[in-house]
Amino acid sequence: MSGEAILTRNFARSDSHTLSVYRETGGYQAWAKAQAMEPAAILEEVKRSNLRGLGGAGFPTGTKWSFIPKNHAGPVYLVINADEGEPGTFKDRYLLERDPHALIEGMLIAARAVRCATAFVYIRGEYVEPWRRFTAAVREAYEARYLGNGFDIVVHRGAGAYICGEETGLISSLEGKKGWPKLKPPFPAIKGAFGAPTVVNNVETICQVPHILNRGAEWFAGLGTKTQGGTRMYSVSGRVARPAVYEAPVSITLRQLIYERAGGVTGNGKLKAVVPGGSSAAILAAHEIDVTMDVDGLRNAGTMAGSAGVIVMDETVSIPEALMVVARFYAHESCGQCTPCRESTGWIYKMTRRIVERKGRKEDLDTILDVAKRGAGTTICAFYDGAVGPYISYIEKFRGEFEALVPK
Amino acid sequence: MSEGAPVATKFTDAQLAEVRRLQALYPDPRGALLPVLHMAQETFGYVSLETEEYVAGLFDLSPAHVHEVVTFYTLYFRERPGRHVVSVCHNLSCHLAGASGIIAHLKKRLGVSPGETTDDGRVTLLSVECLCACEAAPMMQVDDRYELNLTPAKVDQILEGLA
Repeated sequence: MSGEAILTRNFARSDSHTLSVYRETGGYQAWAKAQAMEPAAILEEVKRSNLRGLGGAGFPTGTKWSFIPKNHAGPVYLVINADEGEPGTFKDRYLLERDPHALIEGMLIAARAVRCATAFVYIRGEYVEPWRRFTAAVREAYEARYLGNGFDIVVHRGAGAYICGEETGLISSLEGKKGWPKLKPPFPAIKGAFGAPTVVNNVETICQVPHILNRGAEWFAGLGTKTQGGTRMYSVSGRVARPAVYEAPVSITLRQLIYERAGGVTGNGKLKAVVPGGSSAAILAAHEIDVTMDVDGLRNAGTMAGSAGVIVMDETVSIPEALMVVARFYAHESCGQCTPCRESTGWIYKMTRRIVERKGRKEDLDTILDVAKRGAGTTICAFYDGAVGPYISYIEKFRGEFEALVPK
Repeated sequence: MSEGAPVATKFTDAQLAEVRRLQALYPDPRGALLPVLHMAQETFGYVSLETEEYVAGLFDLSPAHVHEVVTFYTLYFRERPGRHVVSVCHNLSCHLAGASGIIAHLKKRLGVSPGETTDDGRVTLLSVECLCACEAAPMMQVDDRYELNLTPAKVDQILEGLA
């Protein structure tokens, strides 16, 4: 299954980020169409397309938009989450650098659907080149009068914190605070950025919107599965022959993605395990890769589609070492607000490290599993639940490898 | 400015106009705090306690609030870093592609460990979490640039280019 390139159709061109190329290839036609549509009709079209959020949570986009109060008297904000940071994910970097106008056009349409006049694009601080590219595109869009006629985009740079990819943490950060997530409810749609109703959407999600308007909800829905429409961009890395971004219908299987798109395992090696949706997704063993890569397909397989960051591990990889690297990440990035997360991520990192250093104790593995399971679901945001995915799955699926490192 | 000399923690009039422009972009001017801290770091080289206090004054915030923000994020330096900052990704995809070898090579070449700056003030070496360029692992960020598909030889070449 290769499928048609939609989001990535212009990526091969070195000038794909310019307004002239974007227009030449059909850009801003969806916006022209949207301007003749009622906001409710746009929302309905996106709902029927079965577009689901592509940042991590997979929430139906049209439904998210529909939570914005219809007759709100004050401002409504659209916030684009370009704080890409999920380990193994790099798709939004490509979109910001190579097709920034798709994001701008999608934002224009989304803003009309939710009656928003000001949008913020929160770009991770390390993404300097993507920020420059996107800022230049915004300038072009102002000059061409797509922006500035009742809709403005503010480009905002983050300052280095994975937790700001969590939507309420992102909002805190946008408000000039440390990026602590907020307790829900109230949900951002009711009380979000600066206290106003806010839609937070991922870059890739919004880049899909012009295509939905141009070619229709049925077309988009038909590309995917019954519960999720469209294609998405899979970031494939690790021990594969051709690590890259691959756009594919969400009905593609993990096996097809690895072997038919990414060229299989490096050096024709033997597959051991795959992280299917960014490091927060539970790991799959080699025999579990005949799953479809849509939100529900991976959920049914006990893991998640997440950000579609696929990290491939072959037989040369030590799973305990991989878990130590992942555990270090969660320990470093825990924002420290909730006790179970702050304490557990630190202790679990220390325990995985001592196992890798062959100083582990026999009971460490069960302690990690116990701590992981107790903390799940007890925190303000989903960060810790994301850490629990790897803790439990790496140990339960590859327990023998861990036990082999524990001194007898 | 020379090492150790008192740093004038003050923006120029043009910079102050830029601060006001940024503040006006947000429904609450405090939204501009992170961008203004980026400006402060570019101007003064790092964000000292004095700078935090100065920026707090521009926002009518307490210095404690600004300190809390500065210390929360990784991209604000609280001490003057080297002339170049080399941040090597040590997360999973880079780990699988040999990031630890790249870090070991950099340690040897620079004579410092991650978190330290060379004695001549040329390079600060950091070991960081995922920079989201996993398709080109192992990789690192050198100041504003991403350097991809690293090998020890390529690292040497990059280091030679850093004045």
